[in-house]
Amino acid sequence: MKHLLSTRDLTPGDAIRILDTAEEMAAVNDREVRKLPALRGRTVVNLFFEDSTRTRISFEAAAKRLSADVINFAAKGSSVSKGESLKDTAQTLEAIGADAVVIRHSAAGAPHRLAMTDWINAAVVNAGDGTHEHPTQALLDAFTLRRHLSKVAGTPSTGADLAGAHVVIVGDILHSRVARSNVWLLTTLGARVTLVAPPTLLPFGVEQWPCAVSYDLDEALADAPDAVMMLRVQAERMNASYFPSTAEYSRLWGLGDERFARFSEPELKDTVILHPGPMVRGLEISSVAADSDRSQVLRQVANGVSVRMAVLYLLMSAKESTR
Amino acid sequence: MTASNASPEAAPSYLLRGAALYGGERADLLIEAGRIAAVGAIAAPAGARVVDADGLVALPGLVDVHTHLREPGREDAETVETGSRAAALGGYTAVHAMANSNPVADTAGVVEQVHSLGRRAGWVDVRPVGAVTVGLAGEQLAEIGAMADSAARVRMFSDDGMCVHDPVLMRRALEYVKAFDGVVAQHAQEPRLTAGAQMNEGAVSAVLGLPGWPAVAEESIIARDVLLAQHVGSRLHVCHVSTAGSVEIIRWAKSRGINVTAEVTPHHLWLTDELVRSYDPVYKVNPPLRTQDDVEALRTALADGTIDVVGTDHAPHPSEHKECEWAQAAMGMTGLETALSVVQHTMVESGLLDWRAVARAMSEVPAHIGRAGDQGRPLAEGEPANLVLVDPAARWVVNPSVQATKGRNSPFAGRELPGRVVATFFRGHPTVLDGALNEPYPQPAVVTR
Amino acid sequence: MASAEADGEATRTAARAHAPSGRVVLSAADIDRALTRIAHEILEANKGPEDIVLLGIPRRGYPLAVRLARKLAAADPTVVAEQIVGQLDITMFRDDLSRQPTRSPSPTRLPSQGIDNKVVVLVDDVLYSGRTIRAALDALVDLGRPRIVRLAVLVDRGHRELPIRADHVGKNLPTSAAEKVRVRLTEIDGEGGDPEFTEDHVAIEAPRDEDSTEGEIQ
Repeated sequence: MKHLLSTRDLTPGDAIRILDTAEEMAAVNDREVRKLPALRGRTVVNLFFEDSTRTRISFEAAAKRLSADVINFAAKGSSVSKGESLKDTAQTLEAIGADAVVIRHSAAGAPHRLAMTDWINAAVVNAGDGTHEHPTQALLDAFTLRRHLSKVAGTPSTGADLAGAHVVIVGDILHSRVARSNVWLLTTLGARVTLVAPPTLLPFGVEQWPCAVSYDLDEALADAPDAVMMLRVQAERMNASYFPSTAEYSRLWGLGDERFARFSEPELKDTVILHPGPMVRGLEISSVAADSDRSQVLRQVANGVSVRMAVLYLLMSAKESTR
Repeated sequence: MTASNASPEAAPSYLLRGAALYGGERADLLIEAGRIAAVGAIAAPAGARVVDADGLVALPGLVDVHTHLREPGREDAETVETGSRAAALGGYTAVHAMANSNPVADTAGVVEQVHSLGRRAGWVDVRPVGAVTVGLAGEQLAEIGAMADSAARVRMFSDDGMCVHDPVLMRRALEYVKAFDGVVAQHAQEPRLTAGAQMNEGAVSAVLGLPGWPAVAEESIIARDVLLAQHVGSRLHVCHVSTAGSVEIIRWAKSRGINVTAEVTPHHLWLTDELVRSYDPVYKVNPPLRTQDDVEALRTALADGTIDVVGTDHAPHPSEHKECEWAQAAMGMTGLETALSVVQHTMVESGLLDWRAVARAMSEVPAHIGRAGDQGRPLAEGEPANLVLVDPAARWVVNPSVQATKGRNSPFAGRELPGRVVATFFRGHPTVLDGALNEPYPQPAVVTR
Repeated sequence: MASAEADGEATRTAARAHAPSGRVVLSAADIDRALTRIAHEILEANKGPEDIVLLGIPRRGYPLAVRLARKLAAADPTVVAEQIVGQLDITMFRDDLSRQPTRSPSPTRLPSQGIDNKVVVLVDDVLYSGRTIRAALDALVDLGRPRIVRLAVLVDRGHRELPIRADHVGKNLPTSAAEKVRVRLTEIDGEGGDPEFTEDHVAIEAPRDEDSTEGEIQ
């Protein structure tokens, strides 16, 4: 593995290796000295063309805990905003000696361009590209879910896949890179996925994806999923007629108090709530649901560092010639 | 072999020995004073240069209904000179230069400028296309009559790059061009359905997360336009048809006797949206690459005549507009120097078209649509000597960096293609000989300028 | 993790019946005797079992540490084997990470009592350059502050590259640097491990060098 661009490229073995490595990284994060020397002398550049403090600090913490040098390159206010091309930026990073570039970009495929052209030799990690993918988010979701399922079953999580698990992903699938990465990864790991959304927020061609599709959240909940992942709904979608009003969206596809009350039914007693954040409380999820003990949101954030440590370690520890 | 730079009166004559006319019957062709002087078994007249055409196919010079030469305004992308050199190398003797230059070709002044640049270059007939609306803005008719009456004799009008989406304006344009025997060439793209669109809307766009350009955005405009053309009794040309659904609508329109012609690009006859998975913007084009089903439907339609012509939509761009993120990249592909080879590969070698039909789709009908009287003529005695010799057995690998076009954005780069243009004769003068550029058509008129 | 119970008398005679490739230098019985001796040395050096923690280095150091812990428990009834043994992964601390294909880390598990102020005995199968032990010492520092750190190895084959020596050695094994020392243990190489495994052993494999003649190997 030289780059992490998409979860579609991962075999079950690759995915489990990343999750297992993340388990060991998580153990380090529980220690007093939360630092490993594995990437000493290596340089990670966080190249963020889109603001995302959450993802950026997660990658930064991950790289630093592996003793890598971290350079944060925010495109805003830099030469990029003065019209510098991605190619020139990449070649600059190459000249600086970047061993890995963690890239967040509003254009789908920008990480592919970095990885596939001869502009730069560094390992490329996709930290979210347009409405394409966000592979480390899906990996941390899978990691969080795997730990939860192991805890319920009383079995070790290391080495396990997600066979038999059922995950419902709810919301704006059309514009969600998180949904795409999760569909490929969760199904690769053996889980069953159901997408729930208004038809306007499902991609054309979704019927060819390896998952079920439903317009009815209550029906999906009746199927007793192991996890329900709520996606953020951006209010500006309302103006583009994807749905008539936020109130109607919330009533039909939100996890409001009434719907959350069903989580006390016996079939849903172990069901957890995932959300990639940031949450829009009162729209796709109520505060009661978000703050409940079913919510894994903060665990997801903590696990994000472990998963990103694993990815950086696996991509960077060996020099290219031996990778 | 070289040609002299003498005046046309003293132009040398050429004897093309043993060419297969339209890929069939073999004959010698004698070219004298810009015309085909004789066809048959001919003894070489004194002073005539003999071109060994054994094994070569002779076709009338190709005519492109859809070329972007970029001049004036984007001379960094292409000029009339470089674009028409590329055309000659591709076997063309005439191109229709689209109006989306800067300034837009929406006045007699601009079309006459492009026309005279073409004459000065001397590689092909450069026939300017006039804009339908002022500035391609889709709000107000451009001075179609002035362009038609200008020295450029414009007969084809198009806002290509933009769709004439206002139905009233489209109706008026279709009506108005009747006064000049003109044709409206429509870039069929419903703008609201394609806001921000980046690629074909389908299974691949769903996975790649790129905003989709749905087939219905093309088909709904074509459906509307054929009905408008029928209603006002005018002539409609549909640019770069890209979907199976469009083919069905055009087939239906023709069955109703509607005066519509349709064009397909070489790239839509071969490439599909699967290539976009690379996110390499060399595959970014408008209309976008579609699916294999669409490719099959387009090939069938070109074979059965539903689609009349192949137009290159040659759209060169400077490298920096392609060496970037997909969404930021410009749309368009070069095509003049690969079109004939791609048609040979997709249509001739698959048995869908013979060379006679290629001559129709790439020369005769395009000339007729553009009302280019001296082009697309039969390979017969007394006709203007616009013709091309093709070696169908040759194989070559596309290398954009050695092409005559300034654009490096060929989607066929690195592919092996069949068929090589050995010679192009433009008004009896060889613009291409031995597969290489020769010299432009000598024009005394230019010297006096 | 497979049990170490199968070790010992029952399999003693099998060693030469199905000789593994290479020259066997320690049989299962030899290994068991060496571990018994090391266990007694550890108790002796520490004047009893107090504060002793055995940390095995993956992969084969860990089962050896478990076996040693059992032997300590056998020798001193106040010792509970499971409570004094752990595993110390050193992958992230290696100095050759960038020269090797990517390695997946193994878990680090410390006994519940931790390692602060303990007498930590690092356990590994083969002591060679000393670099693994250097990495283990670094890893240890990040986990706590032992009172004393000692080193027990089954085989010391020489060729040290760092100023490191073992406190307890099962067998000193002079080798050439071109030779390979192969340790096979039931817990790792038994069921599902090495398909040719029959019982515990240590063997020396001749270099697989194309230009060396057969005569030289002998």
